[in-house]
Formats: sequence, structure tokens, C-alpha cells
Amino acid sequence: MTILSAEALLEVRGLRTSFPIRSGVLRRVAGEVRAVDGVDLTIYPGETLALVGESGCGKTTVGRSLLRLIEPSGGNIWFDGVNLTRLAPAAFNAYRQKLQIVMQDPGAALDPRLTVRDAIAEGMEAFGIGASAEARTQRVADLMRRVSLDPELMWRYPHEFSGGQRQRICIARALAVDPVLLICDEATSALDVSIQAQILNLLGELKAERRLTYLFITHDLGVVRYFADRVAVMYLGRIVELGRTERVFANPLHPYTKALLASLPSLDPERRGVRPLAIGDVPSPARPPPGCHFHPRCPVRIDACSRLDPPVVALPDGLSRCLLTLKAAPASQAAGGAPPPAALGRTETGDSA
Amino acid sequence: MSAPLLSLQNLVLSFPAESGRTAVVDKVSLEIARGETLALVGESGCGKSLTALAIMRLLPKPGRIEPPSRIEFDGRNLIELPVPEMRAIRGGAIGMIFQEPMTSLNPVTAVGRQVLEAVLLHQPLPRSAAHERVIELLQMVGIPDPRQRFYAYPHQLSGGLKQRVMIAMAMAMRPRLLIADEPTTALDATIRAQILELLRQLSATTGTAVLLITHDFGVVNEIADRVAVMYAGMIVEEGSRRELLGQPRHPYAQGLIKSVPRPAARGGKLEEIKGVVPRPGRWPPGCRFAPRCPYAFDRCETELPQRTAVSPTQGVWCHLVEYEVHA
Repeated sequence: MTILSAEALLEVRGLRTSFPIRSGVLRRVAGEVRAVDGVDLTIYPGETLALVGESGCGKTTVGRSLLRLIEPSGGNIWFDGVNLTRLAPAAFNAYRQKLQIVMQDPGAALDPRLTVRDAIAEGMEAFGIGASAEARTQRVADLMRRVSLDPELMWRYPHEFSGGQRQRICIARALAVDPVLLICDEATSALDVSIQAQILNLLGELKAERRLTYLFITHDLGVVRYFADRVAVMYLGRIVELGRTERVFANPLHPYTKALLASLPSLDPERRGVRPLAIGDVPSPARPPPGCHFHPRCPVRIDACSRLDPPVVALPDGLSRCLLTLKAAPASQAAGGAPPPAALGRTETGDSA
Repeated sequence: MSAPLLSLQNLVLSFPAESGRTAVVDKVSLEIARGETLALVGESGCGKSLTALAIMRLLPKPGRIEPPSRIEFDGRNLIELPVPEMRAIRGGAIGMIFQEPMTSLNPVTAVGRQVLEAVLLHQPLPRSAAHERVIELLQMVGIPDPRQRFYAYPHQLSGGLKQRVMIAMAMAMRPRLLIADEPTTALDATIRAQILELLRQLSATTGTAVLLITHDFGVVNEIADRVAVMYAGMIVEEGSRRELLGQPRHPYAQGLIKSVPRPAARGGKLEEIKGVVPRPGRWPPGCRFAPRCPYAFDRCETELPQRTAVSPTQGVWCHLVEYEVHA
């Protein structure tokens, strides 16, 4: 699929990222782990796209490849019409201002030797935001107030803050350079549930105020269902299902999505009983099974699943990569790109979060 | 009603502080009946894991169990037990599994050998019989090809399989109590569902009581019979699973459950609990939740609330609930 959408903010086509496997005394390259194995994604301005999957599925590598923190080994990334993968490092740096990331462990993401003021102002200095050091300090104070931190604390060091407060610092630091797209990589996963709610509310408010676009990388389906407009489900380096959040949760099509959703415990005391639908364990990404990567764990697999790479079946709101979806879907849908969400009548989502 | 299997009475655990010692778990009383699954729920630092370690008398130094705490297991006060007898109970009548199966297993010994060690420690069996018993245990916890996996090293197993090995080891002596400290937190969603299913099934078929330590109400709903919620070293509410998840009465328990993103919250704001958990030693004099409580009034700031029974099985430590019940 190389059809580019005019409405897209970010467009990813055929993204591949591999890591070499080295072995022996000479550390020769003996193979590779295809962490990301041909991912297509489109992110529209103002939406929250969730990338969900279990550990080792490659979701974090996708986020880092978009920022070229890890250089992709293949594929293209267009941002605002510019192919980021073709840019020389110096030219790409200008785009780092527009694409920012908030990571899982705010303790590790902050330099322990920088005060909060310097951590937040570092990006501004790099991109020449703020006329003077005083102006930047003023902006740090404004940002700290916005994320509900006391600006009086800006001369303190990260270790003097709790986990939730450190995540607020990381969010303020990302916002300091006025990004367009914010990649949140498990940004609430390390936090206690009451603090997670605070951070999710903050991210929701900031999105509406600043018209931000989010790529929300997480393993937590509850967070996805609450926060995302669309969701992409990843398994062993590939996107296996993509669609509007309401549709995916109400009517998942891929057997892996079904297994994931069945494993989500309910809080309703009258409804208990998660169903372990997926058999066995996730295989090593270094040796993905042939054919459909999910077939050894799939409760509804057929013989062909172990031989054929599953085709991409286009759905009105996204795609599914499963032979059985292809059999169930009308033939007319099995081609062409997904329409932009504007055409899908997503009225209840959008700016309301 | 018969005597409970485990009963904690006014458990106080202390650690040294700048001046004297600070209680990190403060007068916690709990009971677990035979075969029952009790979930002890709370956020990081509330003292739930230390409570579990204290039952095993594994509280890290310089932590101390303060008198007159009592930990009665099967009619015996574990605190007064001589070390050799306590050692026989650990891994014997009480088994324990932890969050990180990777750090609980010895990386340089085959997993079957580690389970074998646990079996032989408590039961003088001939080698071949013990080996068969291990195979049986690995099979019971759903490890495929147990005869081959016996010789596997921990790094060759996935997180889910490692946790199954830990459960096999903990269940080796058919314990009457299994303490499970965040057993599924480090596992992926599809694997978590498998392990929850296994724990539920084991407890039903062996009659083992379970003390489940967790922060996840989804897990609580899956396997608990009763629930106790801890905040800042104290229990603030206890009740049946239905009561606690259906009609929580303590403002903290209500806030915790409401702050979990659920389908109905979509598009709106999540309920949040303002502020942060106070550190041990910085606890307010009255109700410890008062500074963050949306309903706090003057009495909450000065006086520690007592237990108010709102049903035969549900108790709440809250002044407001006390007024509501007695009004």
C-alpha cells in the first residue's frame, strides 16, 4: 500500500527494524530479530492511536523507530509530507521538535544531575525557544503549573519527586518544545492506579488544549478502551488488527485480539471469569513461527495458517490480518486502503477526551 | 464457625527512622478461613507485601515485628516459634510465590532440580519417587512436556512457565496456605489469564487457602472470596468480593475502584484521588486518608477511626460511615 492520504499527519509504510543476534567469541552476526516486520500505520491529526500488544511484540521499537532513536532497517515514514527516513541526521533533528516522547520509567528518563528547570529547558535551548535564560525559566514555571507541579520546586533534582510527579516533569519537558505528535510509551504503566488516573486526565486535557496527536503505546487494554480513538494490535512484529476502538472492543475480528480482550478482567462483581483463549506462550521474536505468527497459539487455526502469510484484509475502519477474516469478509473489501477516520462518522470521540 | 486458618492480631511492623522506630504496618488484624482466598489490596508502600513477608517471618532487616503482635497459624503463634519449626512451615504448610519468577529461581540449576530440592527438604523420599513427584507437580501446574522441562534452566523458560514452576514448588508440600505476592503483575495479559485460571483451579481442587497480595482489582474480582484494602499501613475496609467491588464504603476504596479506566468512563474524565500517599512517619494523626479525602471533616483530622460493621462481613474504618450507620 503506497496510497498516501492527504489528511494524514504521520504515515508509516513497510516499517522494518531488526536487531542483529551475535554469537561466538568473535561476536559474529548469526541472525537477526525482526522486532518490527513490515508495519503500516497512519496517524491523523488530533487523534489518539493506541498501539497495543504484549511484551516483545515490537510496539516500543515502532515508537523509537519513528523518532529514529533506533534506525529502521527498511520502510518509509512520512511526516507532514516529508519522508523522514531519507533525511540526513542534521535535517532530521528539526523534526525531533515536532515528535516528542514520554517513556515508561520517569526515573530513568530524567538526568539525575539536572535540576527540574534545566531538564525542562534543555529542549528549548536546543531548538532556540525563548529569548533568554530568564524567558525560558518563566516558561518552565508556566509549564510546571500546567502539569500541577509547584514552580517553586524547579531548582530541585528528580530524586526528590514521587513517580507521578516525575512523569509530570517528563510531560512538561516534552511539551516545552511545542510538539505536534506525542508518543506515550507505557507512560502510565509504572504508576499506581490512582496516580495513573491523574496522568491520564492530564494527558486528555493537554490534548484538547494544544490540539495534540497521540501515539499511545501500551499493554493495558483498559487504558486503550478509555483513551484511544483507534487501536492497532501488534503481535510478533506485525499489526494483526486495526480499527476504531469501539468496534475493536465490541467486535474483534482477529483471534489474537479476541484472546487479548477475553483476558481483560472485569470489575463487575457479577461478572467474573477471564477466559484464557490463547494457548501456550508467546514464541521468541528471534524465531517467529512460519505463516501466521499467531497460529501455534490460535484456537481456531486451520492447516493453511502454518503455511501462508496471512493477507491484509481491509475493513471499513482498518484491517485484520487473518485468513479466517478473509473468508468471512466480502471480496470487495479485500483491497484498497482504509479510509480516513473523518469518513467513518466518529462523532463521539475526537475532541471530547 | 471453626477457628480460622490464619489470624493476624494487631500486627505492627517497624523500621528505624530518624528518631526511634516508625511503624510501617500498624495494628493490622486479618483472618483467613480454610480454603478461602483473601485479597489484600493497596498501592505501593501501603505495607501489603511486608505483611505477607512477616507471616513467613521473612521481614527484611532492620524491620521488626513489634509485641504484642500475634500471627496465629493453625492455632500456633508463628512469632514465638523456634527457627527450625518455622523453617519446616515455610515451604511446608505455607507456600509463597512472588512477582518476579526470574529472581526467585536459581539461574544455574535446572528447574526440575529446584522443585526436587523443595520436595526432598520436607519429605524424605527415595530419589526416583521424588523425581516422579516433581514430574507430577510440573504436570499439575500445566507445564507441557514435564519430563523434558525438568532439565531446562530458568532462562530457557518464558515468564509464564517460570511462574508455573514457582507455583509447582510452592504447592509441592500441599500447603494449607499459599501466599501469592503480585503473582501475575509481571506477566502479559494472555499469560495472566492462564495463571489466574491455574490458581483458581488449584485452590478449588486442593483446598489450599490463598492470601493474594495485589494492586489490581481485576485480579481481585477473578479469584478472591474476600478482600481487605490497605492504606498507609492500616486496613481501611474489608468485606466479601461482591461487597467490596459492588458497594465499597470507604472513600479510598471507592476512589481506587473508580480510578480504574472502565468502559463507562470513555470520553469523560476519570475519577482521581488528589495528592499522593504520605510516607511512613509522615502519617497524619487522625484518619490517614483525611488529607486526600473529599468528605473529610474536623473529626477525621484528629481521631483515628474504629471499625464500623456495615454488614456481618463488611467492615469500614471511617468516621463518616460510622455516622451514616449509627444515624
